[in-house]
Amino acid sequence: MAQHIAQPTVTAPELPAKLPIGVIAPWAVLFGVLMLILLYFVGAEQGATSVMSGEGVHEWVHDSRHLLGFPCH
Amino acid sequence: MNSATVRNLLVRGMLAGLTAGVLALVVAYFLGEPYVDKAIGFEETHASAHEHEVELVSRSLQSTAGLATGVLIYGIAFGGIAALAYCFLLGRVGRFAPRAAALLLSACALAAVYVVPFLKYPANPPAVGNPDTIGKRTTLYFLMIVLSVLLAVAATLLGKRLAPKLGAWYATVTAVVAFALAIGLAFAFLPAVNEVPSGFPATVLWRFRLSALAIQATLWGGFGLVFGELAERLLNPRPLSAAAAVATSAVAAPSRP
Repeated sequence: MAQHIAQPTVTAPELPAKLPIGVIAPWAVLFGVLMLILLYFVGAEQGATSVMSGEGVHEWVHDSRHLLGFPCH
Repeated sequence: MNSATVRNLLVRGMLAGLTAGVLALVVAYFLGEPYVDKAIGFEETHASAHEHEVELVSRSLQSTAGLATGVLIYGIAFGGIAALAYCFLLGRVGRFAPRAAALLLSACALAAVYVVPFLKYPANPPAVGNPDTIGKRTTLYFLMIVLSVLLAVAATLLGKRLAPKLGAWYATVTAVVAFALAIGLAFAFLPAVNEVPSGFPATVLWRFRLSALAIQATLWGGFGLVFGELAERLLNPRPLSAAAAVATSAVAAPSRP
């Protein structure tokens, strides 16, 4: 009896559906590249390689570069 | 389920990454900065390796606004990337509800993007590391991250392929063991980097590295929880619990004719 009463309150967990690869791909390419460029400026610019001259970017993010684990200098 | 869902998840991922970045920034400022300062103190008393000619950015700016810029951009960028990975994983890997999937992805990202590369090439405070080898060290570090992420993806695909035969549990265990073996091989064959100057206090190095780990654990833990919450609300919009539904219908009832 107890089981019959308890059953209606148990609902099957709703699992999310797949998103089609073709729909994700353009977002992934565009924003994937954009995000990697951001990470490059935080992690490596004016250290191992330089897109911009000078040391301004390197010096500005100096502490975060050390604390986030990137080789800094 | 269309392009708008991907866009909404991406925006939420970046927002969750920003939120997690704020939490990580607090940890970085209070736990990490004291050791950056101690390491710079050591650097100044042993000034020989490299000298800062002109101070472009003052220490007080580096440790506040500069630190915030780096950590927050890092949070947003990884939040966006993790959200895109989440879009791919939904319904494809395992059977997880939105929140559990987000936290699991976050834990795997922490391991693959940070902890595994850290075990081979750990974070270094100022004064540790020869400026002449910055190119080699940067290449090795990024190579280690790429390798670790690719091996994690390969292990996930392996687990997915084995799951119908072995069941989810043994497939996962096999995939994790295969990942650990491959990483062990990479650790053994990649060149070691050991450029700690003699006399550098071991406690400062250890505490600095622990605080670097704490920053990442906060970042990814915070991201997993916040993004999971946002994804749950987006994918399962059922804001009314049973009790709230009853209360609402009770309130709505008198207005009916």
